[in-house]
Amino acid sequence: MSLFLIVALLLIGVLVPIYTERFGRKINTFATMLAPGIAFAYIISLIDNIFAGEHIIEYLQWIPSVGLTLSLHLDGLALMFALLILGIGLLVIFYANYYLSDKEDAGRFYAYLILFMTAMLSIVLSNNVLQMWMAWEVTSISSFLLISFWGHKSESRKGARMALTVTGAGGLALLAGLLLIGDIVGSYELSVILGSGETIINHALYPVVLTLVLLGAFTKSAQFPFHFWLPHAMAAPTPVSAYLHSATMVKAGIFLMARFYPVLAGTEMWFLIVTTAGLMTLLLGAYVALFKHDLKGLLAYSTISHLGLITLLLGLDTRLAAVAALFHIMNHAVFKASLFMAAGIIDHESGSRDMRKLNGLWQFMPYTATLAMVAAASMAGVPLFNGFLSKEMFLAETLHQHAFGFLSWMIPVLATLAGVFSVAYSLRFIHDVFFNGEPVDLPKTPHEPPRFMKLPIEVLVVICILVGLFPVMMIGDFLAVASKAVLRTTDLPYYSLSIWHGFNLPLMMSGIAILGGIIVYAYRSKLYRFQSQFMQTDAKLIFEGVVQTVISRLSQAHERFDTGSLQRYVAAMLVFTIALIGLPLFEFDVGFEPVNMQDVSGIEISLGVIMCLSAIATMIFHRQRLVALIAISVVGLVLSIAFARFSAPDLALTQLAVEVATVILLMLALFFLPKKTASESAPSRVVRDLGIAAAFGGLVATINYIFITQPLASISEFYLANSKTGGGGTNAVNVILVDFRGLDTLGEILVLGIAALGIFKMLARIRLAMPSSDEKGRPWSTDRYPPIVSMVSQALLPLALLVSFYIFLRGHNMPGGGFIAGLITAVAMIQQYIAHGVEWIKPRVKVDYQNLIGLGVLIAAFTGVASWGFGYPFMTTWFDYFDIPFIGEIELASALVFDLGVYLTVVGATLMILAHLGKLSTPERPKVEA
Amino acid sequence: MNFLDHMPIWPILIPMIGGLLMLLPPFAGIERYQSRRYFAAILVVLQLVCGMFLLNSVISSENLLYAVGNWQPPFGIILYVDPLAALLVCLTSFLGIGVVLYSFSGEDRAGRYYHPLIQFQILGINGAFLTNDLFNLFVFFEVLLIASYSLLIHAGAKQKTEAAVHYVILNLIGSSIFLFALGTMYGAVGSLNIADIAMKLPSLSDSDTLLANIAGALLLVVFGLKSAMLPLHFWLPKTYSAASAPIAALFAIMTKVGIYCIFRVYTIIYGEFAGSLSDFVIPIIWPLALASIVAGTVGVIVSPTLRGMTGNLVVVSVGTLLLGFALRTPEASGAAFYYLIHSTLASAALFLLAEMIGQQRGKALDRFVISRKLKNQTFLGFCFFVAAMMAAGLPPFSGFLGKLVILQSAVTTQEKIWVYSALLISSLVTIIAFSRAGTTLFWRHAGNKDVSDSPDLTSWQKVGVLILLAAGPLLALGGEHMLALTGVAANELHNVNALIELMGLRGEQ
Repeated sequence: MSLFLIVALLLIGVLVPIYTERFGRKINTFATMLAPGIAFAYIISLIDNIFAGEHIIEYLQWIPSVGLTLSLHLDGLALMFALLILGIGLLVIFYANYYLSDKEDAGRFYAYLILFMTAMLSIVLSNNVLQMWMAWEVTSISSFLLISFWGHKSESRKGARMALTVTGAGGLALLAGLLLIGDIVGSYELSVILGSGETIINHALYPVVLTLVLLGAFTKSAQFPFHFWLPHAMAAPTPVSAYLHSATMVKAGIFLMARFYPVLAGTEMWFLIVTTAGLMTLLLGAYVALFKHDLKGLLAYSTISHLGLITLLLGLDTRLAAVAALFHIMNHAVFKASLFMAAGIIDHESGSRDMRKLNGLWQFMPYTATLAMVAAASMAGVPLFNGFLSKEMFLAETLHQHAFGFLSWMIPVLATLAGVFSVAYSLRFIHDVFFNGEPVDLPKTPHEPPRFMKLPIEVLVVICILVGLFPVMMIGDFLAVASKAVLRTTDLPYYSLSIWHGFNLPLMMSGIAILGGIIVYAYRSKLYRFQSQFMQTDAKLIFEGVVQTVISRLSQAHERFDTGSLQRYVAAMLVFTIALIGLPLFEFDVGFEPVNMQDVSGIEISLGVIMCLSAIATMIFHRQRLVALIAISVVGLVLSIAFARFSAPDLALTQLAVEVATVILLMLALFFLPKKTASESAPSRVVRDLGIAAAFGGLVATINYIFITQPLASISEFYLANSKTGGGGTNAVNVILVDFRGLDTLGEILVLGIAALGIFKMLARIRLAMPSSDEKGRPWSTDRYPPIVSMVSQALLPLALLVSFYIFLRGHNMPGGGFIAGLITAVAMIQQYIAHGVEWIKPRVKVDYQNLIGLGVLIAAFTGVASWGFGYPFMTTWFDYFDIPFIGEIELASALVFDLGVYLTVVGATLMILAHLGKLSTPERPKVEA
Repeated sequence: MNFLDHMPIWPILIPMIGGLLMLLPPFAGIERYQSRRYFAAILVVLQLVCGMFLLNSVISSENLLYAVGNWQPPFGIILYVDPLAALLVCLTSFLGIGVVLYSFSGEDRAGRYYHPLIQFQILGINGAFLTNDLFNLFVFFEVLLIASYSLLIHAGAKQKTEAAVHYVILNLIGSSIFLFALGTMYGAVGSLNIADIAMKLPSLSDSDTLLANIAGALLLVVFGLKSAMLPLHFWLPKTYSAASAPIAALFAIMTKVGIYCIFRVYTIIYGEFAGSLSDFVIPIIWPLALASIVAGTVGVIVSPTLRGMTGNLVVVSVGTLLLGFALRTPEASGAAFYYLIHSTLASAALFLLAEMIGQQRGKALDRFVISRKLKNQTFLGFCFFVAAMMAAGLPPFSGFLGKLVILQSAVTTQEKIWVYSALLISSLVTIIAFSRAGTTLFWRHAGNKDVSDSPDLTSWQKVGVLILLAAGPLLALGGEHMLALTGVAANELHNVNALIELMGLRGEQ
């Protein structure tokens, strides 16, 4: 067996409770305890090896390239923690069996608990810091699930979120710190890191690393000023609190400090930060605990205080202090777990946790009371119990401090003061609850709990007493190996675990603490009155309030930033573009030699002017949509003339046909839109938009100017030279379209086809109101289909088809081709729709445009695939010349088939769009599918 | 050439021909939806097989070129398969499988042409990954855009139309700018083949270098818009939360197309060999990447719906990927590619979950308000939990590993303080946002209302979402292999000279 099997076993153990829940609570509980039980036994079996000085390390590769190995080890420190985690864990599960009511989902509860236990155990066993961090985060998450187990309660959800936020933040800081350590040391293996203390401490980034790691530790261990989440984690079921706040969760932070003690401690910075935080936490926790009326609240603050104590010890500048810290970790875990369980019993059997109501329970549950008293005495540091021993060591260590300079005397004084309060709140826990009169308004009559619910407490209390009486025998060796691991030495400083050290200063301080505590408790009512003058604050509400405020502020900022206005989005995009292209233009200062310009004729100038004016007119009249449409169609027409003028007849033809189809399409769409739109732009907006438009236009014009005035070396020459020999056509434009760049054309006709499908899809959904009149209220004419138009169109159709056929055929060598031919056919067909109406066309033209599109693109695609048959890549064209009698030589080319596909797609897509837009106002309108 | 030599074009042809066939008999028609479903499922699986074949082929031997029309570089359109392209084709197909299966729950019958459009969308995405030609890239952009316009209004509603209008108009402007860029680039370099441009760029005249600079800047706008980089991100959260769940899930890869193009173009063309234009976008990308993370993170925490939150998470992931890009080392690129794969699948799963959760919450949908109890509380809770851990970058799932490798790749750089603060703080905010979202969605109930009338989850929904969620643990478990793969992809991408050699362009000079 190995450590990996232990972790794996526990992971399987997560599922066990879920699947055994159906067999009843008892079986469920015992089945759940199986995995941790075996793990516990196994770790115990390794004790002798560790005592013998062995250091067990096991590796598994996981992601070595990022330094993430699965690497587990067991040394003295890990052993101590592992036993606490598993041992107390087992007791907690046993306890929960009685604590959870029958209605509660124990399977889920146990599953979370085991998950948490696995994560916690993985932290202490990890020999790889990244792996440790993963486990660290899993404890945060699983504790979130545990704290929010009663998720229907608002306080549970809030408490859990708060814990997750604080510990999550610390976890991320820790990750940064660990990555920096990994970078400094060159490894994430703990065994390497722990040997590199010098390197880390002397590195320039040491302060950053220390801060980040301590942030992780302090948030997890609820050190001041991050302590506020802990009391609210008490919203969890009590077994969870007993587990999280004694041996595990909060101890993870302590463990982290102990683990990194050899590499991070020993500097002035460590001393100042850790000691100060510990001292503050110690005092604050002890003081506040006294005023908590809630049993668990008192225990929560007492936990904070004890965590502060341990932190303070780890911060102190002597090696013995670290030993004392380890000792107190064990003791605190034991007595605090038992106290939480006792509090749980009291709550469970009396229905309240309020110490103002809980009085005189001695008469109802003397046995539980006895157990609780022992544990509380240990917490207070009363002699003969374990808490006393470590507290003595603590007090002794505070005496030897010099690092606060002349103010070093404050440390023992403040420590004693904290001790006073610690005794006082322990007294309160006992006296208020078990004595002090009669119970007040309890929901239930208190009684002793079920026999075995007390068992876990008994076990822990016995340990308290045994350790208190026979410390050396009980834990001497554990403490020794743990201390050796933390101090990284084989020869420990001398310390004595005996109960009696003679009359010395620490004993006097203990005495003062006990006496003082009794006095403070006796005069507690005065203190309560004093304390009641302060405003009661609830960290949960404050935290939630802060989060809410931050979110609402961010919300407002976000709304200002993202107004949901498309105009703003476009403006942002254009301004961004202007900035990006303006910068290089602005910085360019190399001499610039434009090439010689052609002469410009009067016609060209006037066409240019017309184009500009129409474009401007489109802008000016854009609120009167029909006028704007006419204006912009002029731009398109001039453009096609320009194409024709500058030797691009294909483009001219295409532009012309596209222009016609587009304008008809827009006219159809305009029918359904308001004829005018109100002016909505504020003057400042007009100025802004004009500015953006002018800047953008200016930049684009500049770029155009640059590249039309510069000599161009391009691959275009290749296309001209190869279009006849390689592509079999003299019209280079068409050869580019169907051959050189046939894949582009295939893609573009597909785009056209998809556009048609998309428009159909959209129209099928739209329910448009049918306008009956224009914007001045004049009703639309009901005259339909003037006969002359009908007859002329009908006569024109064959002619138009013939023209398109001709254009199609000659495309490869002369201006033309499938695209233009398709548009011509489409326009001719649209003409029929306009002249005759949808109802007339429908029975006469039985072509399904969807099929036409699908077929067209498929033909084009399969023309491409066909070349595979000849061993050539997709779309390799083939052509040859044949001599046919009477007709003469003709050329056959695969490109022609491709062009047929283009033709069909263009016809299908254009007609699908136009016909369906046209049909919107008729009963033939498209329908939704489902 | 034998059958398998044509493999590079298959990821384009399969969805194209498949999608077209679904428009024709016997697949067309309202009542034939079942046959379309089978066919669509077969198509996406075939694409994945193809992608795996390509990936295996380029990993085990050299990268593939495919000269469409047998026109050699730099004249014809060249498809270029390197490990990065193949990996992303696989990712798209994998995502496609989840999306297609999920939509069998009935989403595919809520409007016309669902399955063909999904195929066309995938075709455009695959094409954009595979092409080595800038104009061809434009064409594939058009294909994926026009398909996405149509898919966005699927099962239309008012809010979809509004989002669609924003999306379409911004992208039309984007397409125009793309054309400006291509014209300018051709005017400067006289070529459209990416490798050819890269080779010719350093020896351009001053004025042509200026034009090439402008072309590069314009392309950044185009790719930035596609990838939702600040300040071009505004459309994304709205669009993605308006779209139907499986469509939003498929869109999760679309921003990555933009990121991919940024990596491709600014590593090969404007990378370290580009002379005076070398890495000229890096100073621009740095602040924008950080700003994207900030804006996305703020969006995550203020979003009132799970879908909106997920949309903003996509913006955060875009910023993160841009950081990975801006670091400019093959290590960082490899880390970014791993993160890219992870974040695509995680956000896709979250979009699906948002709809599934919303369906069971009555009118509250996926808004973070008090509402009824979920019928499938355990299943949805578990899925949400895993997805949230993935998205927030918590261990032990892929999100953690993705973030970790990016952080590691930044640890030796001067800019690490920025990378660390941005990524870690946004992680924290994401954790907070998810904890608030989860506790509200799953635990804040109005009374113990009877939930038996809530609609059940269909098994297709569960299958779809589980396929995508499986990526979380699998990408982490097989992290070593995956990172090795993305590492190879990054090295190949950064090896610009090898590409030029492979194209056989060097001899031209």
